[in-house]
Amino acid sequence: MAHPPVVPAKTPAPGVFVWPRIRIPLSGWTLFALAVATLVMVPVGVTFSAFAHIEGDILAHLTEFVLPELMANTLWLVLGVGIGVSVLGVSLAWLVAIYDFPGRRLFDWALLLPLALPAYVTAFVAIGLLDFTGPLQTWLREGWGITGLPEIRSRGGVILVMSLALYPYVYLIARNAFATQGAIALEAAQSLGLSRRQGFFRVALPMARPWIAAGLMLALMETLADFGTVAIFNYDTFTTAIYKAWYSLFSLPAAAQLASILILFVLVAVVFEQRSRMRMRYGGIGRGAASRRLRLPPGRALAATLYCGAVFTVAFAVPIVQLALWARDTFATDLDARYWGFVWRSLLLSGMGALLVVAVALLLAYAGRQRPGPMMMWTQRLATLGYAFPGAVLAVGLFIPVAALDNALIDAGRAWFGLERTAWLKGTLLVVMLAYLVRFLAVGFGPIDSGLHRITRNIDEAARNLGLGAAGLLTRVHLPMLRASLFTAASLAFVDIMKEMPITLMTRPFGWDTLAVRVFEMTSEGEWERAALPSLAIVVAGIIPIVLLSWRGAHTHD
Amino acid sequence: MAELVLDSVSQSYGGRAIIDRLSFTLPQGAIGCLLGPSGCGKTTALRCISGFEPIREGTIRIDGETVSRPGWMLAAEKRRVGMVFQDYALFPHLTVAGNVGFGLRGQSPADVHARVEALLDLVGLSGHADQHPHQLSGGQQQRVALARALAPRPRLILMDEPFSNLDVELRERLSLEVRDILKREAMTALIVTHDQNEAFALADWIGVMHEGRIQQWASPYDLYHEPANRFVADFVGQGALLVGEVLDERQIRIELGVLNGRLPAAHDGDDAYACGRQVDVLLRPDDIVHDDDSPLQAEVENKAFRGAEFLYTLRLPSGQRALSLVPSHHNHAIGEKIGIKLAVDHVVAFRRP
Repeated sequence: MAHPPVVPAKTPAPGVFVWPRIRIPLSGWTLFALAVATLVMVPVGVTFSAFAHIEGDILAHLTEFVLPELMANTLWLVLGVGIGVSVLGVSLAWLVAIYDFPGRRLFDWALLLPLALPAYVTAFVAIGLLDFTGPLQTWLREGWGITGLPEIRSRGGVILVMSLALYPYVYLIARNAFATQGAIALEAAQSLGLSRRQGFFRVALPMARPWIAAGLMLALMETLADFGTVAIFNYDTFTTAIYKAWYSLFSLPAAAQLASILILFVLVAVVFEQRSRMRMRYGGIGRGAASRRLRLPPGRALAATLYCGAVFTVAFAVPIVQLALWARDTFATDLDARYWGFVWRSLLLSGMGALLVVAVALLLAYAGRQRPGPMMMWTQRLATLGYAFPGAVLAVGLFIPVAALDNALIDAGRAWFGLERTAWLKGTLLVVMLAYLVRFLAVGFGPIDSGLHRITRNIDEAARNLGLGAAGLLTRVHLPMLRASLFTAASLAFVDIMKEMPITLMTRPFGWDTLAVRVFEMTSEGEWERAALPSLAIVVAGIIPIVLLSWRGAHTHD
Repeated sequence: MAELVLDSVSQSYGGRAIIDRLSFTLPQGAIGCLLGPSGCGKTTALRCISGFEPIREGTIRIDGETVSRPGWMLAAEKRRVGMVFQDYALFPHLTVAGNVGFGLRGQSPADVHARVEALLDLVGLSGHADQHPHQLSGGQQQRVALARALAPRPRLILMDEPFSNLDVELRERLSLEVRDILKREAMTALIVTHDQNEAFALADWIGVMHEGRIQQWASPYDLYHEPANRFVADFVGQGALLVGEVLDERQIRIELGVLNGRLPAAHDGDDAYACGRQVDVLLRPDDIVHDDDSPLQAEVENKAFRGAEFLYTLRLPSGQRALSLVPSHHNHAIGEKIGIKLAVDHVVAFRRP
């Protein structure tokens, strides 16, 4: 009988949860996790190292003419969108989670649909509709003689559009918090003599604060990362400045220096978000006793329906209808071979990116199961921090090291093999794929990791008791049990990559124009109608996982 | 269907002993039970036997074959030891039949089918083969888990707190059912629990564990009536300790009279039971009988209604307390004095600390 190797004598402290281990020579799992974390940290290091070789005149130009405006624009945007998404997200979440009113069941998931609309799509639809030459102003002016409507291409306009596009981040997470603890908190408050209104402000809202803060920080990270919307509005922020430094000034150091300042903003948001998550973990949601929904008196119920309906209409229905109308007008001329090329390359890039993300996320989650401990936990956290980094930053931060590596390869190829090539890696899909991986790893890691956590140690042990080895455990138990999580991870990553604009724009190989790139090109020329058809394809792809996920959420018990 | 032997098995984490020189023999076809409070090491012992935990000292043998010794262990999947988990750990992606047949590999589909049918019949779930675990009640899931563990005909079945997720009523019924199933399959089984009622209902042999050691390995009857030490006396069943004086090697005088019987002098291994020594005598609630005619009187200090009987806490003239189980038509008020007499079969005495 073969004697299997002994489990290492190093035993963990009592009470520490130990997963049964699949033995792999050396700690391959740990090395893998560290490698992923390093890859994620590279762009940050690279952008900061740009300060090591400052080009004096560019920096002087930046600080004198560019930075003050960028700073002001960014701060106003963050402030405005922060207030906007909080008010919209929390109020909608409270209504839907606590009260009953006509249409509530529909709004419950329909209010998530704006997630499928990239903010840049909402942006160009809003401009197309509300601009001086747009149908609304034209109609008011010519039919009624009304002029002097506020200009949509303004700071207020950007804030409004981004709030409408990003409120679902707050709505989603606050709704879950309210649904599990809100009603109980409210009842407890009322039993202690508070009115409903006082109960909301003094108990339910403070209790849900960590959740709201986490959702808010996600929305603000998206705000800081946004490129498409602010480009359409000609509202200069760091992302557009990085893009201009890259393409107009051809100055990588300037782009990197701008990127590093943007990273500072992002890191503040990251710290707040991580802190809220900690408080969420320890605050703990109470027992989710499904208490009955509170019935609103008819007048207020109507007001609730109208309010939810208005947000849904403005944030989703109107843009979709307008896109469809524009698409119908341009359908005949634009639905050609070139269009199918955009679709094909979008599907290809998103598909490859999603596969890469899911594969790495699965391995990273598995690494945590095989080698648990505080070091692995921190490594995983760092490795999944990329969701916070704006695409424009990642493009710069990954292009610089890859270009350096490429130069080394060119020299080495020439010296050792006599090969004359101008590029080995530049112009390949490497940079795009790495950037997608860094940015969207968290999107894939979340569902896979929680899916893996649902497979208890006892399940593993039961399988081994019944005679299964490591390989059998993976193929017969883990993968079948993870199927839903893998699907969720892949579809979320797929859609996010499809919507993604700056990474694709800045690092795609020559000729790899996707739907998002096409939208950018058309909108930067103000051709809203012609941006509609590619946008519509992106939106349709984005709706599918939202519908699937909310359907599954409503029909399963975990 | 094999004999399980643990010989001086120890395991420790970070210098702290979790199980300490654990030894017992579970005969072929017997049902054993490790009983103890949480943290006593009973689950670790189970994991050592199942092959998920290495051992530091000693050996574990199944049917004479060594499966664990320091520095080596036979892999869990090669031990042919079945396990029923506390949370059942059923595979949610498989049907009931798929779960039960999971460990049956290398057999023809017809054989697998027949074995699965037979087991579902055994555990009374014939009609549920195509359902998924989440469609079953807790008790049904429990029985699927047992059938799954029995299917590959293991040499030994281990059960970790098998009924702790069930409500009390179901727990009692199911523990009798499980005993019946195990006996019909002539399966050797070791069960871990903190619930003595469960242990009494299921086991032929019970090992009471405390601080990593087996305090006593005995039949349920002996455990209750002849506990080896204070911990066992306290953990198993109810009772009160009364001060007594040793008269000779067959007699102890306590406040309520003189007890006759063999004294357990050997247990503590010194001269604790020499004449004239003071000892603590264990009196179970059924050792004190209510008798209206008895000259011995005690005051009712507290009472708990148990349906068929009352459990009275009595205050003796000296102030010591004792328990008495009395048929419930003898309903006395708190503060009332009632007549009692001794009815002791087994004298259990411990030296005074």
